[in-house]
This record gives sequence, structure tokens and C-alpha cells, in this order.
Amino acid sequence: MTYLHVHKSAEGIRVEVTGDWTIANAAGLEAELDTLPLQLDIPVCFQPGQLTQLDLTGAWLLWRKVKELQDQGQQAELANFDSKHFKFLDDLPEPQEELEGHHLPGLRAGLAGIGRFAIREKEQNAAALAFLGRIFSSLVRVAPHPHRWRFKDIAHHTYATGIQAIPIVALIAFLISIVLAYQGADQLARFGAKIYTVNLVAISVLREMGVLLTAIMVAGRSGSAFAAQIGFMKINEEVNALSTMGFDPYEILVIPRIVALVIVLPLLTLLADLMGMVGAGFLSVYMLDLSMTQFFHRAIDSIGLNTFLVGIVKAPVFAFLIGFIGTMRGMQVSGSAESVGQQTTNAVVQSIFLVIMADALFSVVFSWIGF
Amino acid sequence: MAVQPIIQIRGLVNRFGTQVVHDGLDLDMNPGEILGVVGGSGSGKSVLLHTILGLRQATAGSVRIHGKDITSMDRAQMLDIQQRWGVLFQSGALFSSLSVLDNIQLSMKEYTRMAAATREGLANLKLQMVGLPLSAGSKFPAELSGGMVKRAALARALALDPPLLFLDEPTSGLDPISASEFDELIAYLRNNLKFSVFMITHDLDSLFNICDRIAVLVDKRMVVGTLDEILANTHPWIQRYFHGARSRAALGVKE
Repeated sequence: MTYLHVHKSAEGIRVEVTGDWTIANAAGLEAELDTLPLQLDIPVCFQPGQLTQLDLTGAWLLWRKVKELQDQGQQAELANFDSKHFKFLDDLPEPQEELEGHHLPGLRAGLAGIGRFAIREKEQNAAALAFLGRIFSSLVRVAPHPHRWRFKDIAHHTYATGIQAIPIVALIAFLISIVLAYQGADQLARFGAKIYTVNLVAISVLREMGVLLTAIMVAGRSGSAFAAQIGFMKINEEVNALSTMGFDPYEILVIPRIVALVIVLPLLTLLADLMGMVGAGFLSVYMLDLSMTQFFHRAIDSIGLNTFLVGIVKAPVFAFLIGFIGTMRGMQVSGSAESVGQQTTNAVVQSIFLVIMADALFSVVFSWIGF
Repeated sequence: MAVQPIIQIRGLVNRFGTQVVHDGLDLDMNPGEILGVVGGSGSGKSVLLHTILGLRQATAGSVRIHGKDITSMDRAQMLDIQQRWGVLFQSGALFSSLSVLDNIQLSMKEYTRMAAATREGLANLKLQMVGLPLSAGSKFPAELSGGMVKRAALARALALDPPLLFLDEPTSGLDPISASEFDELIAYLRNNLKFSVFMITHDLDSLFNICDRIAVLVDKRMVVGTLDEILANTHPWIQRYFHGARSRAALGVKE
């Protein structure tokens, strides 16, 4: 043994403590303490030998061992150490309370988990409903007073969520129409109906793809930004500061963002529709060997005003959902930076989920009314 | 024979563009002492701390810790120094994604090979040492009060039993009762565990009650001395700092 030397004599066992008793050697120290050859009825005494260093960890390991032996009913003591560490450990006040340990066993823990999940979901739904209520009550309060509409904030958010999103939204719409055209043309060519590719692309972009992809893009860009911005303000107590100065945080932080999105998303959708049609035209000329004129005739034949309207009416609804979830998740941030990340993720995932849910509902409703 | 200083700074120069923050600053810190560092806002206390901690490269000069120059050190040597100091940041800087107990155990896990139960026992010992209830160990930093954050951060700084402790305004943001309890705690731990404390502070009570020596950062250099020496110093800034109304009140309390 390196750190402990055992000497047996008539009076009992004397253990010489030597070497560096520091945290760096803790693993070795612990192992030697655990394997000391001791007998319950023979008293043991620890004494400093060639003890070169002793820090609190080393002292604690030794002190704990002695306490453990004493608890087992063995005579054990520390003698002749000139370190203050042992006295310090003796003098430490008793821990104020025990660790809360209600660990449930397997199956019950699982059941408790399901229960907790259900309760949390219920609370979250209630909170979402309450948030919706606050948005509308703030809206109703602000609506009759145009000077409180905060045009400046709305303009700022319109710029950040709309103008700055133009390049990426346009590019994505263009690319998705090319993807659709390629896939469609291959299949339709088998029936000699290659020309119908134009119908396929025009209708699917205008009715579904344009608005859906734009909404998903905006949810990723702006829904997350809303949650992170408001979340940081929440942690920095800016939201509380607003409240104490007599402002309504919903009026200042939430409403302008949602209004901006409701303005912006239909416009971005319009842009996406246009770019989708440009993509389709591009493909028709270069892949389907149609002339521009033929493409226009084909396109105008296949779509009506309602094809476009079916897509565009969904935009404000999607915009509201994204803004609502993004700002709500921001307001739900509490405490730490970790929470900002969590709520930002929640905001993106849930707003995309809700957008797709709403899209499915729209499809069902539109097919009922034959729109 | 004089003991080797635990921190020895010679000719330190720190410059941001044309702005000179430190100009030939010298400082010796003795093992086992509590050194209080004061200076006006913007006098470069934080820059000094960051330089000593190796977070910032000095423009010129040397910083020796345990006798070794940290400005010309390789990774392994630096790591050795880093394991022999503990730092308490002003806002605690507890990792918000870890529980208090995990915060304390982080460096133990990384640098020692103890059994998990022993490590947890040690972490609980640190909690007990700084006067936190054991139930605080399972909490996350966001759930703690300001005073508890400071104590938990102190427990983390003490995790590896460092011989050198840096405290950046440890009592700022605490009420006077918590602040003086925290001072007493630091003095009590220092007296028993014999580590050295480098403490940046604006708290006059801390300066008068627990600091062995005081270092004042004025005119880009250090004026170091015991409380009485500093009180007798005739530099106008030091005079105003230590003989203002607040200072007289703090001194009055002491006497």
C-alpha cells in the first residue's frame, strides 16, 4: 500500500498515513481505505506518517472512514494530526434537511409520468386559451384608438418578417415548382399527357404548395425569432418593467408581431405563387418544348380565380397561428437560457404542426363546399 | 527568507487601441492572505482579473501563479494551474442546464477518478460547507435566490480544494445581512482550509472586516498595503474612497 501502512501491536492496529492525500489521488486513497485489513474487536488508530500533503478531500475520506468504523462499533480514532481540517469537519453544522427522496419503483413511476404529462397538457391548453383571450382583449381595447396601433413596431416587424424573407421565399417557391414539374412530367408522359404537367404544377402551387411552404418558412424564421426575442426580454425582466410602467406587454410585444405576420404572409404567398408560376413556365419552355403562348393558354385554362383564392385565404389564418404560438412560447420562458432554447424549439415545432393541421381542415371544408 | 508569492505580477501593460488600462502594474499576493482589490469603475479591475485568469492576453508584462508564468505556458501546464484555482464570478455563472450538485461535480468528474457515491458525498460536503441545505443540490440555478446562487457558485469554486480562490464582487447584490454572512463564511473557510483569496470588491465592510491587505488600482498601477497603510495614503482618489461618508460609517461599525 502506498498511502496507508498498517502496524499491528498488542494494543491494536496503528495505521500510518503517508504521501499526498489530495483530491488528485482520491480514487487510490478510497481504494486503500476500503481494503484495510481490520477486525471489529481490535481498536485502530490513524496517525500521520510521511504525510506530505493533506487537503480537505483527503481529510474527509479519512474522517468519513473513522466515522463509519465507529458506527459499526469499532474503536477508531485519528491521533496527532496537526491539520485543522478534521476539526473543521467535526464543527460543520448538521445538514439542515434530508434529501427529498420519493423515488417510485418502475411501473408506478411510469404511471405517475403519464399522469404528470396529462396534467401538464391540460394546464398548457388552459394557458394557451388564456393567452388567446388576452390577445383578443388587448386587441379590442386598442382597436378603437388608432394612435395606439403602434405603426412603427408593426412596420419594423413587417420588414424583419416580410421584406427580409423575400429572397428565400421566392427561391423556394421557384425550386418546388421545378421539383413538381419534373416528377409530374415523367409520370404524365406515360399516358401521353405530358402537357397536363402545366395543370399539375399551377394548381398544386396555387392551392397548396405556395402558401404551405411559405408558412413553414415563416414559422422557422419568425416564429422562432418571436419566441427568442420575447423570451430574452422575459429573463431580462423587460416584460416586468413594461408592466410596472403601466404598459400592456401584450399590446406592445404581442399584437404588433401578430399583426405584422397577418399582413406579411398573404403578400409572401402571392410572391410564392408568382415565382411558382415562373418556375412552371421556365420548365414548360425548356423541358416540355411548349412555347410561351402555349404555356399561358394552358395555364389560364387550368386555373380560375378560386384556385388562387383557395391558397391565399389560408395565409392570414396560418400567420395568426404562427404569431400566436411564437409570442406565447416567448412569454412562457422562465428563469434560464435553457428555457429560451426549449420554448423556441416548441414554438417552431408547434406552429408548423398547427399550420399543417389547419391546412388539412381547410382541405376537408373546401371539398365539402365544393370550392 | 520571503515566501514565494502565490501571484506575482510584473510590469503588466494592457492596452485597448490607444487606451492604456494598466501601465507597468506590479502586484504580489502572499499565500494564505485575503487580498481585497478595489478601484473605480472602469479602472481595469475586470481586465486585471481576466489577465490573471488567462482569459485575456496581456499587451506586455508577466503574470506568475505558483511561480510559473502563465503568459508562456502550454496547455498541460495551464490545465494544472486551472485545477488549482477556483473562480466565483460576479453573477455566479452556474451552468443553467445542470443541477447544483452536478455543477459542483463537473470538474470532479472530469479530473478525478472517484467512485460516483464518493463524489456525490464530497459535493454534499461542499454544499454543507457553504451553508446550503442538501435539498438545494437537486435544484437548478434558476430556482435559487441570489444569496443561494453565490453560495452554490462558491461550492463549485471549492470543488477541487484549490489553494487559490478568485472572487469577483462576491457580496454584490446581497442584502447586508447575507453579505456579512458571506464574508464570515469566506473568512471562516480561509482560516480553516488555508487557501488564498483574491477578491475584487466594492463592499467596504468586506474590505475592513476580512481583508488582510488591500490593493487599490489607481493611475493604472497598484497601491498595496494593510488597511491602516491605505487609510494613511495621501492619494486623492484613495482619500475620497476611504474617507467618504460611506467609508466612515463602515469604519465606525468596525470600531
